[in-house]
Amino acid sequence: MSQSTISNDPFTASLKEARQPSGLVVRFGPEDGLDMAAGAKLAPLQIGYQTYGTLNSDKSNAVLVCHALTGDQHVATNNPITGKPGWWESMVGPGKPVDTNRFFVICSNVVGGCMGTSGPANETSDGVPYGLGFPVVTIKDMVNAQARLVDHLGIDRLFAVIGGSMGGMQVLQWAVSYPERVYAAVPIATAARHTSQNIAFHEVGRQAVMADPDWHGGDYYSFGIRPTKGLAVARMAAHITYLSEGALHRKFGRNLQERDDITFGFEADFQIESYLRHQGMSFVDRFDANSYLYMTRAMDYFDLAREFGGKLAHAFDQTSTRFCCVSFSSDWLFPTSENRAIVHALNAAGANVSFLEVDTDKGHDAFLLEIPELFDTVGGFVRAAADELGLAETA
Amino acid sequence: MSDFTSSPTIDLTMTADPNRADYRVISEMIPNGAKVLDVGSGDGALIALLKQEKNIDARGIEISQKGVSLAVSKGISVVQGDADKDLFHYPDNGFDYVVLSQTIQATHSPETVLRELLRIGRHAIVSFPNFGFWRMRAHLLLKGEMPVTEDLPYTWYDSPNIHFCTIRDFFDLCEKADARIEKFIALSGGRRPLPDSWPLAVKNIAGEQAVFLLTRKEK
Repeated sequence: MSQSTISNDPFTASLKEARQPSGLVVRFGPEDGLDMAAGAKLAPLQIGYQTYGTLNSDKSNAVLVCHALTGDQHVATNNPITGKPGWWESMVGPGKPVDTNRFFVICSNVVGGCMGTSGPANETSDGVPYGLGFPVVTIKDMVNAQARLVDHLGIDRLFAVIGGSMGGMQVLQWAVSYPERVYAAVPIATAARHTSQNIAFHEVGRQAVMADPDWHGGDYYSFGIRPTKGLAVARMAAHITYLSEGALHRKFGRNLQERDDITFGFEADFQIESYLRHQGMSFVDRFDANSYLYMTRAMDYFDLAREFGGKLAHAFDQTSTRFCCVSFSSDWLFPTSENRAIVHALNAAGANVSFLEVDTDKGHDAFLLEIPELFDTVGGFVRAAADELGLAETA
Repeated sequence: MSDFTSSPTIDLTMTADPNRADYRVISEMIPNGAKVLDVGSGDGALIALLKQEKNIDARGIEISQKGVSLAVSKGISVVQGDADKDLFHYPDNGFDYVVLSQTIQATHSPETVLRELLRIGRHAIVSFPNFGFWRMRAHLLLKGEMPVTEDLPYTWYDSPNIHFCTIRDFFDLCEKADARIEKFIALSGGRRPLPDSWPLAVKNIAGEQAVFLLTRKEK
């Protein structure tokens, strides 16, 4: 195998991005590790991140964007592996609801991820890939690592922390772990705990990965191979949960894929099958299968009330953070009821909270889409909060 | 306190909706810097007015997506919710004043809602259209049809207002819900406060709207 073949191989490309990211990266020394909830100390710790806009002189205009399960730090820059635009370019940028002419936007890859922050694809200090030797990650670990990055950037208080889905969980954890460091919080399409149904779907995905013989107990890096089939199946199943029946029906119905009739076989006769297969296959090129196990586990373990005697309202006692929560009517993965439970807890704690349920048939993925009610509300909330703080434009 | 029209801070053109003459009265009832929950806050017009005039710390509850979105983008904290369902989650005495303006007639359970207002707030302010107003009575008496007015433009079958009452009826509800009436203002058809000295029976005929300031009766 020639050198050029290796570097063009998506496996190699994604491993390189995990270990030596093409974007910004901060590395903490062996004595400066991260204490993880699982009891381990993660050292050395590296964090891959991106920033947008300009930090003002008193460092008061920083917005931390938290990414979802399979997201990354490339919010508003092209993804270095796929070359596709950033995952939230409609929300973050000059003149956008999270306006980079006014705010300094930070987004980092989460701990356990595969885009430059320490994760199972990274190598230990002995130079071997962690694989399943990587400590199990929690949402709190992700947030603690982000806090290290924020410290590194010399920022005391974040003007806002924003994110959807797993990103929303991080937003909530930030508000609970570092209440004095978060002025405004925008948790979108999320929950204060992962439901039984959501854990169930994640377990299906993990079992698909682990059933793939190419997974090799998580040690596939040593074999120069990846459990692509298992990960693709996991992604296909998960992708269904991000949509809604109505949206699937509207987009695909029972339409056939490039054929006039059913074929009495198991090819992708239906457009929806072809679509899901494509989603699965394109995902495996950019995502590490072990990272998928760790990310899903982190979400499963998330239960914000657990440390507060099961009373979620106690998690927000005395909070001075202002919240803006948003849910979507057709989201059955993080339904309005779960988002409203957060709002009720915030109300009970006497917190300053706004909440909107956006009426849409686009399901959970709506948080990534340019939906006017979402953009008006989040943009308006952020702008009004920034006005109150007197944050000026920096560009 | 009874002559609201002479106050220098009051200018009817300032309200977003001039039909909401009750806003003027409500604003007069709320002291500077109070913590206020507005139940049925619409697009946040009353809260905006109270922030401007009384520098209040305010929250809203509003059922419509559009209202919530408009209010939030003005920097007002509003939760999309329903007075019948979502008051339950607010803590006791969490607010100095809880306002329910022109909304009680649209709730499923006005008594429960009223009790919740008095639990959450040290004071409750309730305003509603008076179905005992002479035009309502005349409409029903002469036309024999459910009244449709400028303020209440709905026909009986498409109206969100399912629990109309008169001022006298509301006195009864206050008794039943252990609410003490601290103050009560009836507004005329011309939307001016009627003199305090007028008897209830007259206010119940001449008043187009009523605004009540209530506290919880200690048992």
